[in-house]
Order: sequence, then structure tokens, then C-alpha cells
Amino acid sequence: MGYNIVVCAKQVPDTKRITGDAMKEDGTVNRAALPAIFNPEDLNALETALAVRDAHGGTVTVVTMGPPNACEILRDSLCRGADKAILVSDRRAAASDTLATSYILSQAVRKLNADLVFCGRQAIDGDTAQVGPQMAEKLGFTLVTYLEELINVGNDGIRVKRNVGNGWEDVTAKLPALVTVLDTANTPRPYMSKRLMKFKKAKCALELAEGVCPDAMAEKGLLIDMWDLDALECDMQWVGMAGSPTKVNRILSVVLAGGDYEEFEPTEAGAAKLVSELIEEHTIG
Amino acid sequence: MIEVNKQGEVWVFAEQEEGHFAEVPLELLSKGRELADQLGVGLGTVLIGSGVEGMAKTLFEHGSDKVYLVDDAKLAQYQTASYTKAVCHCIEAYKPQILLVGASAIGRDLCPTVASTMKCGLTADCTDLQIGTHIEKRTDTTYENLLYQIRPAFGGNIIATIVNPQRWPQMATVREGVMPMSEATPGREGELVRVNTGITEDDLKLIIHEIHREASKVDLKGARIVVAGGAGLGNKENFKHVWDLAHCLGGTAAGSRAAVDLGYIPHDHQVGQTGTTVRPALYIAIGISGAIQHTAGMKESAKILAINSDPKADIFKVAHYGICGDLNEVVPMLIKAIRGGMSVKTNG
Repeated sequence: MGYNIVVCAKQVPDTKRITGDAMKEDGTVNRAALPAIFNPEDLNALETALAVRDAHGGTVTVVTMGPPNACEILRDSLCRGADKAILVSDRRAAASDTLATSYILSQAVRKLNADLVFCGRQAIDGDTAQVGPQMAEKLGFTLVTYLEELINVGNDGIRVKRNVGNGWEDVTAKLPALVTVLDTANTPRPYMSKRLMKFKKAKCALELAEGVCPDAMAEKGLLIDMWDLDALECDMQWVGMAGSPTKVNRILSVVLAGGDYEEFEPTEAGAAKLVSELIEEHTIG
Repeated sequence: MIEVNKQGEVWVFAEQEEGHFAEVPLELLSKGRELADQLGVGLGTVLIGSGVEGMAKTLFEHGSDKVYLVDDAKLAQYQTASYTKAVCHCIEAYKPQILLVGASAIGRDLCPTVASTMKCGLTADCTDLQIGTHIEKRTDTTYENLLYQIRPAFGGNIIATIVNPQRWPQMATVREGVMPMSEATPGREGELVRVNTGITEDDLKLIIHEIHREASKVDLKGARIVVAGGAGLGNKENFKHVWDLAHCLGGTAAGSRAAVDLGYIPHDHQVGQTGTTVRPALYIAIGISGAIQHTAGMKESAKILAINSDPKADIFKVAHYGICGDLNEVVPMLIKAIRGGMSVKTNG
């Protein structure tokens, strides 16, 4: 028997490489200036899913929500070995907070009739770690957070070692289950060269050049499915702005006031002067 | 979700394991007390476990007016589904306006699930909480006395204030160490409310084979001197300077998130919004640029020394002392000066 496995992934701005250009003058984020990457822990989630499939059979479907550009991480997933990729894209989903996002993604998982869902623990742009657990609640799936080691998947469910910061737990969760995966769980496999040659050309309908027939792409297995909120049978009261209980009161762009610090020379004399001052004021010594 | 209830209490989730409180609920009681007083309502705590009634005393002494106790043998160990059911039952029965939870491994598992069940909002890893007004321009509606949930976002380039105007309770998680520890008033009493939430075996979705806990080997919060390194060190080899300086000062070594992500130092040494918040007598930041997510975790330090090769690094803006230069040269010079300085002091 195989498992019907879904991986939820997110394309995120590379927050580690934020520079001055990343902020507009009005203090809002200039997403266009930030390189977009596969959220790192979602790659670990994908790797876990592929490992389960390789051991037990079944399929791995990667789902992401975002604009057509987000197909980049879906192509990446296909090149690494995912069987299928779906883009959930709809203007009405804009301004969704974690609760509304989890509702939309859970509708996609429902439609796919999954046994097992893997997500990264958290995305690096928000670090909230909320969407995975909220999807599990909406689906009625057993939630297991912080997978560090996949022990096995069997008749009783999925057995994992969870890292809870101040220790670990060895638990079995009944299926269907949603598992969030840590970056320490595994090393994501690289692209397979044959798959890379093929799937680098995969596109969703909105990315196709004029005159290219979607059906011809689909025949070659290169069409990335696109689902909108109607396809997911979403209730509009739970999506977008209306479905998001959290509102932004204000955003402050961080401009630190000029420092009023005492400067010391990077020399032995400077270091000695600093240390004697720290000793004098009883900060050290 | 529950209706907006201005008379509702401010609540703190009293996370405990094996009869011991985590530190964060006792810290949240200080902030909770402040918010409750400002709103003119009571401060409550939700205490869930098995045989934990005796722990209520500590919560009263730390400022809680009421303790909602869910005591059940089936709740001896934390599980997402059973604890979510217990918390949601309490929320529906008593309608608090605010629920604060520590952003621990348990809190970050429990809170999203509770918020999803209640269909209410949740803000993770807040670095400040205040009470304020929200004006919704689109509908020209003014909401008074909402919880401002304040957190850095987007790599620390912005600080966002989030509110939850209509779908309550207003929920937020806060990392350990962000709020000061509440003071205990010995003998202070409160009201114990026993809540029966009807947990059944069906609510236990996990089979727990083994639980292993280890005391944290790192005590960043208790350290008088913290020496932290960042990505500016360039490689793990150079990060040795951080350990050397920490050892020579009797301090604790730490790292920024970038340093942790690069594998220079383990995560339990991380200072910042998604790590530990520290308030040492001296904080030395070496090769740390000073993104707000890092400074959120150390800016309350009594003295801050920044060492960085980039004179424009933001870390200098929160520093009391600064040295701009090559880290690999400056740190050994500093160690030499400290050894010299200290020995002079000892001898004299």
C-alpha cells in the first residue's frame, strides 16, 4: 500500500539577504527587490515526504499558495522527485493571515484526500509556525510538530522523534496526520539531472507564452495545475481580508537613532583603555 | 470565536510539566497584571494537568486573581488535541478578552490550534504588548482598548503592531525572558475555579512511547556577561574568538540567528526574538549587524559593547561602547588587555 502524501510549501523572500533596497521609502517591504527562495524547512518537509514514498510507495503532491511566480518552487519540487505540483492562486486570497491561509490550504488537502501532510515548521518571512497546526485542526488530522527523525510509518500511524527544545519525545500519531518538520531532520536531496532537464520547462497556465497550448503541455506532463478558490469550494467569509481576524494597526520602519556610544581604537592601546574603563565601573572584574 | 467582551478577564496559560512551571507563565503574569489593571478587569490563569491543584498557590502569589483548574489524569502529559479541548472549553465558558501564552515548544503547538478552533486571531513571538485604540479606515470604525500585539517582522526591517478587533479572545505568544519575572507576594490568595471539560480517551491522539527531558546546559538568562557572535565572524573557526572571550570573562557564549543558521553555535545559545532575551550586566556583540530581531533580545542589557568591521552597522546604535575594526585582531587584543587588567587588579 502507498500513502497519498501532500507537502505544503511556501516561496519566501530571502530574509537573510535583506538590504536597504528591500524597504521602500514609505517603510513598506519592496518584495520585488528581495530574492525569492524555497522556504528552507519546507525542503526538509519535502525530503521527509519523498523518503516515505520511496519506502512505502504512493504519491507526493506539493501544494503552494501564491502568485504564478511561486511556480518556481513547484518546478524545484518536481526536479527533486515530487510526483505532482499544484499552485493555489486567487486574487481573493490576498491579505489572508495565518488563519485564512490555513483554511485555504486545508481545502486543497481535502480535495487531494491526503493520508499524510508534511509542512516545514515555520516560514522564514513570518516565523509564526501557525499555518501547519491550524491546517491540522481544520482537517481534523492528528498534529505532530517538530519532527527531527522519522522512525517509521505503519499500520498504527506515523512514528517520529520530536525535538521539543528541552528534550525529545518518541510518539506515534494515528493517520491521517499532519507533521511539521525541522531543518535538522534531514538533508534535502538535490535535483535529479533527468528530472531537471524535463521539469525545468514545467509551467502553470498563466506562465505559458502566447500560442502555447495548455493541453499540449499537460500531455507532456509539464503543466502545473492551478486551483482557484472556487475549485477549492472555499467559503468566502473565511478567506482574504474578511477571513483574517488579525489586522495591522501600524507598521514602523526601523530607523534606529544615531548611536551615542564611546568609540575605542582597534589597537592594543584602545583595547586596554576600554578594559580599564569596564573594570573601573565594575562591569567586569 | 467569542463575542467581544469588555468585561472579560486577561488570561495567562500556566504551562507546567510534571508539576513544575516553565518560567514564562510567571513572567507573563507581570505583563498580564499590568494589562488587566489598565483595563479594570481581573487576571486569570488556566492551569491544566493531573494532580496540579497545589500549584495554584504559586499563581495567586504571582498576581493571578483566579485560577481555572482543569485537573484530570488524562491530562498528565501535554497533547495537542486534549489540551486544546480543555483551553477552548474554558474560553467558551468564561469568555476572557485576552489570552497570553509562552512561545515555548508547547505554546507554539497549542496556540495555533486553539486559535483555529476559536476562529480568532493570534500573533506569535510578541516583543511588547500594550493597550490602545484601532481605527479601521475602510469602515471608519474606532475600536477602543484593544491589545496591541507588537513584533518585529521581515528580517527585522519593520515592527508591526497587530490587533484583533472583533474575533476574540485576543491571543498572543511571548518568548521566555521578554517580560520581567513577576514578583511573588507570599500569602496572596485568589479564587480557585474547578472546570470539568469532559476529556475522553478519544481526545488522546498520540501514543507517547518515551519522553526525554534535559536541563538546558546553557543559562543565557542568568549570565552576568554574554559574549555573542554573528555572521561577521565568517566561519566556525573564527567563532572560537567568541568562546575565548567568554571564557576569559567568565561569561556565556551566544550567537545571533545568522550564526546559529550557519552552524557556528547551537540554537540554545541564540539571542533574539526567536531565541532567548537577555539582560546581562555586559553584552558584547561581535560581528553582529544588529537587526531589530537580534536587538529585541539584548537591548535591555546594562552595558553593550559592539565590535564590528562595518562602521555603519546598526549594532552601534544600541551600543554604549564600540570598536570598529577587524574582529580577528580586536578580540585577541581585548583578551590580552582583560588578562592584563584583571591580573593588575588581583595583584593590587
